[in-house]
Amino acid sequence: MSAQFLVSQMLNGLQFGVFLYLMAAGLTLVLGVMNFVNLAHGSLFMVGAYIAAASFERSESFAVALLGAVVGTGLLGLLLHGTLLARLQQAGHLKQVLATFGLTLFFNELVRIVWGPSSLYMQLPDALSGTVAVFGITYPAYRLAIVGAGVLVAIGLWLLVHRTRIGMLIRAGATNRDAVETLGVNINALNAAVFVLGAALAGFAGGVAAPLLSVQSGMGDPILILTLVVIVLGGIGSSKGAFQAAIFVALVDAAGRTFIPLILRSLMDRSLANAAGPAVASMLIYCVMAIILAVRPGGLFAARGR
Amino acid sequence: MTIETALPNPAATRTGRGIPPALFVFALLAAVPFVSTWLGTSYYMTLFSRIMILGMAAIGLNLILGFGGLVSLGHALYIGVGAYAVGILSRYGIVDLGAHLAFMLALVVPVACGIGWVSLRTRGLGFIMITMAFGQMFYFLAVSLKIYGGDEGLVIQARSLITGRGLLETPAAFYGLVLALLAATAWIVHTLTRSPFGLVLSGARQSEQRMRTLGYPLLRYRLAAYVISAVIAGLAGCLLADLTLFASPEYMSWTQSGTLVAMIVLGGLGTTVGPLVGAIVLLLLEEVLSSRTDHWLVIVGPTIVAIVLFASRGLYGALASGRGSEP
Amino acid sequence: MKRSTAAAGILLGLMTSAAHADISIGFLATMSGPQGVLGQDMYDGFMLGIELAGGKLGGQKVTVIKEDDQSKPDVATQAVTKLIQKDRVPIIVGVTASNIMMAVHQRVTGSGTFLVGTVAGPTPVTGANCSENFFSTSWNNDSLHEAMGAYVTSTGYKKVLAIAPNIQAGTDAVNGFRRFYKTPLADEIYAQWNQADYSSEIGAIQSSRPDAVYAFLPGGMGINFVKQYQQAGLLGVIPLVTTSTIDGTTLPALKTLAVGAVTGGSYSPDLKNEANTQFVAGFKAKYGRLPSLYAAQSYDAARLLDSALAKVGGDVGKKPEFRKAMLQADFASVGGTFRFNTNHFPIRDYYRIDVEKDAQGQAAFVTKMTVLKDHADAYVAQCPLKD
Repeated sequence: MSAQFLVSQMLNGLQFGVFLYLMAAGLTLVLGVMNFVNLAHGSLFMVGAYIAAASFERSESFAVALLGAVVGTGLLGLLLHGTLLARLQQAGHLKQVLATFGLTLFFNELVRIVWGPSSLYMQLPDALSGTVAVFGITYPAYRLAIVGAGVLVAIGLWLLVHRTRIGMLIRAGATNRDAVETLGVNINALNAAVFVLGAALAGFAGGVAAPLLSVQSGMGDPILILTLVVIVLGGIGSSKGAFQAAIFVALVDAAGRTFIPLILRSLMDRSLANAAGPAVASMLIYCVMAIILAVRPGGLFAARGR
Repeated sequence: MTIETALPNPAATRTGRGIPPALFVFALLAAVPFVSTWLGTSYYMTLFSRIMILGMAAIGLNLILGFGGLVSLGHALYIGVGAYAVGILSRYGIVDLGAHLAFMLALVVPVACGIGWVSLRTRGLGFIMITMAFGQMFYFLAVSLKIYGGDEGLVIQARSLITGRGLLETPAAFYGLVLALLAATAWIVHTLTRSPFGLVLSGARQSEQRMRTLGYPLLRYRLAAYVISAVIAGLAGCLLADLTLFASPEYMSWTQSGTLVAMIVLGGLGTTVGPLVGAIVLLLLEEVLSSRTDHWLVIVGPTIVAIVLFASRGLYGALASGRGSEP
Repeated sequence: MKRSTAAAGILLGLMTSAAHADISIGFLATMSGPQGVLGQDMYDGFMLGIELAGGKLGGQKVTVIKEDDQSKPDVATQAVTKLIQKDRVPIIVGVTASNIMMAVHQRVTGSGTFLVGTVAGPTPVTGANCSENFFSTSWNNDSLHEAMGAYVTSTGYKKVLAIAPNIQAGTDAVNGFRRFYKTPLADEIYAQWNQADYSSEIGAIQSSRPDAVYAFLPGGMGINFVKQYQQAGLLGVIPLVTTSTIDGTTLPALKTLAVGAVTGGSYSPDLKNEANTQFVAGFKAKYGRLPSLYAAQSYDAARLLDSALAKVGGDVGKKPEFRKAMLQADFASVGGTFRFNTNHFPIRDYYRIDVEKDAQGQAAFVTKMTVLKDHADAYVAQCPLKD
């Protein structure tokens, strides 16, 4: 095992982690501020990817595709919140889970009706389609760009929440909504704004992922599960926790897929290792999460006071 | 408002009106074999056997979900364990129903105790996630057990025998067994929720602090309820294996767990028979729609959303309480 | 009540015995969900086969009853029970996934209903649990990989890395490949089912620098992997040999990104035989896309049934005669030569099919050579059926 291999796996963990953060940021914001469990977040991601792929086909421009994904998904979020989800604000987590689960089924089928059952084509933007030499290995430029984008988003969100008036209102609304309402702030508008922001983030993640992944019905479901794992480990509502947990989950996942088979092969015979390796790898992140939650139910990276 | 306060107090829905709807449902189910035979086919018995089996699992899950306020998204794992209990023993030539059920208990009880004990240390979204995590773990474990078919599943040669005789071979006989066990399960859950045990559980759902102040060891109560609901799901799994003559990791996928939750909420959280009604409605809807169009999910999804929004007591819950749906 | 029931019964009896005018055929596939694209291709191919035969099979008007198994074994068992018990079909066609085949095979064949599998071919059904009521227009799951194993042996590559999903079919794939490629593999990577990100696996490939990579990653997994493989700059540097990864259903999502990959299979739209020319033209005209192997094999099933039903005058009730007629395989397969082995699986040709740019600059499948001619599967000896 060479240093190069280690470096490339670290980078893999980092970029996948940043991608998970993009997904988790929106979801944890909505959960923390609005106390709303939005399982349709995976569908918003999927719709973002579809809009990006469809826009790219028309415009041949990645910038247009990405912009379309963000705006389109944000608008969709606004529509969903205004017509349906605002009513579930007070209904409790279980009903929110079920309603957004129903929405997921709906969107998974809707994209098949609108864009057909086959996966959509999408390619990398030309400017980022090469490889870059970094730390002694060649790494895809696009994936490094994802890391950059994710960091920018993280900084942007932090600035928004901690340095702007609206961010202050968001934090206040999360802590004591009644007080905020008494002060004359329209809490529904605030919630809608938060939901739209969450949706736009999911759309951005979808647009960013479209060149890398198969744009197909149900593409959001495995991502959603991992995102939920990240949020629970990071502490609900904590953007900083989400970032740390996302990197952690991505590293554990990468380690499980590459190092565990290697370790097992050195401990037992090949065919047994080949059978056990993937099994352990698939269960690893869940085992880790279960252990962490059992020991620290608030999450590994939970912010204090939440 | 959280799940703790959103549910009706079981005592309130337990009026004289609560009973006839349940009997009506069972009467309908009892009529199915006759209707099916009259129509010249055994298909409807097979269809409703599956509906009843999943309804049974949902009734069991409702014990901790509706009454206990604990949302488990990993309960289908016990269905899978029950199915594999039958499958594995059959593979080794042990085909008696009694042995199958005993083996299921031997597997489900320790596993449920372990998972329950760990999971009950968390609350809210954490509990949902950790139960889902355990469900996924067992799913991947089943996929990895190539000796029992792995993801391709385990074929079962014949239905379980009762005292060495193939009494369950005919669709009608099997249907009768499922119906009887379903009724027994419903009765057990009904009695439990109205017993002091059930009241502690409900009380803990409504205010944990209050119950702890009163000195109740909540973990013990909740764990017991969790294990009971797991055993019910395991029983459903054994029956599912006998119905399909197949055991598969798909029986324990998290989407199956999600479907159970959907059945409960659609039927009525605070009622005993509600989950069964939810199962009937959801699965019949699926059956009817999927024969009309391949895009049937585009209708089922919004239907679920509509029921959650507009029938907050669930379909059966609204019926049983005698009032219209409340916001 | 009794008299009118009797009258209705007589009428029904008259109607059904009046002629073998209508034959109902059940069709079971995954029509919804992410795998739905495969079921759709299968259905389209099968229906085209009936249409091009004038809406009839063997001279009998056909009603196809389509059922969706939703990729769930318990739904599939229920669906076949409906087809057998309620719709009383004598023949069921299709079955997309191997685990669904395992769930329904015994139930269908054991009830005396004929099952024509057009895609899934898990090993138990090919060998020890074969049935005289089952016929496949597809292959045993190992066979495609055996062909690619033979091909890679001919290339002289010494260091080969295999990647497949962690499911039974994935293990079968690598085993099948190894049956014909004797050099020990440099590595076997089993990825997660529906895995999205392959950066770790690609990193491992980059650091181990094999002569070639053999990949079996069906559906969305294949699209993800090939896209990311190409983006890492490996496509064209480390040869990529694949099976069921880049096929008719996934190439539209990859387009020219997949150019340079080598695939193996039993079918390609550019195969030069008369049946295929007619099939591809008809498929393109009706559905606006090129057919995949899933569509082709389902089309073959329709033509096989056409020939067999004609031989028994449309009466499937004459079971021994019908079986014999089926085994004759008296039809021209779009995949080339085709005849049945004693286990009712085909003995057929397997091809190397490359992805190249055509005259319009689009990505297209180009058949390069026949890798295995008249190839029988490895499990026929385990099947107790003797012809």
